[in-house]
Amino acid sequence: MGQDIQVNIIVPNQTQYLSLIGGIGEKIAKEINEYEGDRDALAFNINLALTEAMMNAIKHANSDGPDETVEVRIHIEEDELCIRVYDQGQGFDLDAVPVPDLNHPTEGGLGIFFIRSFMDVVRYEIIEGGNNVLEMRKRLV
Amino acid sequence: MLHVKEKRLDAHNSGEFKNRITRLIEEGNINLIIDLGDVSFIDSSGLGALLSGYKNVNSHQGSLILSSLQSQVQSLFELTRLHRVFTIYPSLEEAMSNT
Repeated sequence: MGQDIQVNIIVPNQTQYLSLIGGIGEKIAKEINEYEGDRDALAFNINLALTEAMMNAIKHANSDGPDETVEVRIHIEEDELCIRVYDQGQGFDLDAVPVPDLNHPTEGGLGIFFIRSFMDVVRYEIIEGGNNVLEMRKRLV
Repeated sequence: MLHVKEKRLDAHNSGEFKNRITRLIEEGNINLIIDLGDVSFIDSSGLGALLSGYKNVNSHQGSLILSSLQSQVQSLFELTRLHRVFTIYPSLEEAMSNT
């Protein structure tokens, strides 16, 4: 794609930074040169995936450390947008997160569903004694 | 009628939004129109707050109607099938004239 964009951000483990992180993802999505799909939809969806991923890190992965930080790395690699969200908590089992029953909506449980809906590859890796990472990839062509 | 002035309805402000709906219902406002015309972004917790309000008014035999959804927000309602749960009008005027 000829675009070498990499952004690394570290913010406190607090919801007031959701808007900042989601907004950065949205702006980067709008800057991708050769994306031929619906750019506004891509920007919204990247904002949403980042917002949900960071909230997940705040709520589940860093729950016992309000002074901890969340690190986000956004990188355009070849024809993919790669987003990694790092947390310092005990982690969670991504495969155990149930698919929501959309015919019987409940107030929670849509965050990972949105990430899986809008990103092409989603994986979570627990790293012993270090930063766990939620990796999300979106094909751009 | 509740006009949401925020551009983002996310986990940072959805708790306060949910409480605001609850207070309105407790004050006897069980037929609510919530205008989302200014909301360009909503996440799972924002949708959850609206669903909580919907269930709350239903338990009081009331109604919760939404108006003026921006296109990306509307798409999220369709993805989650919540557009089948809520009555949604394209504009506040249409919502008010139909209630």
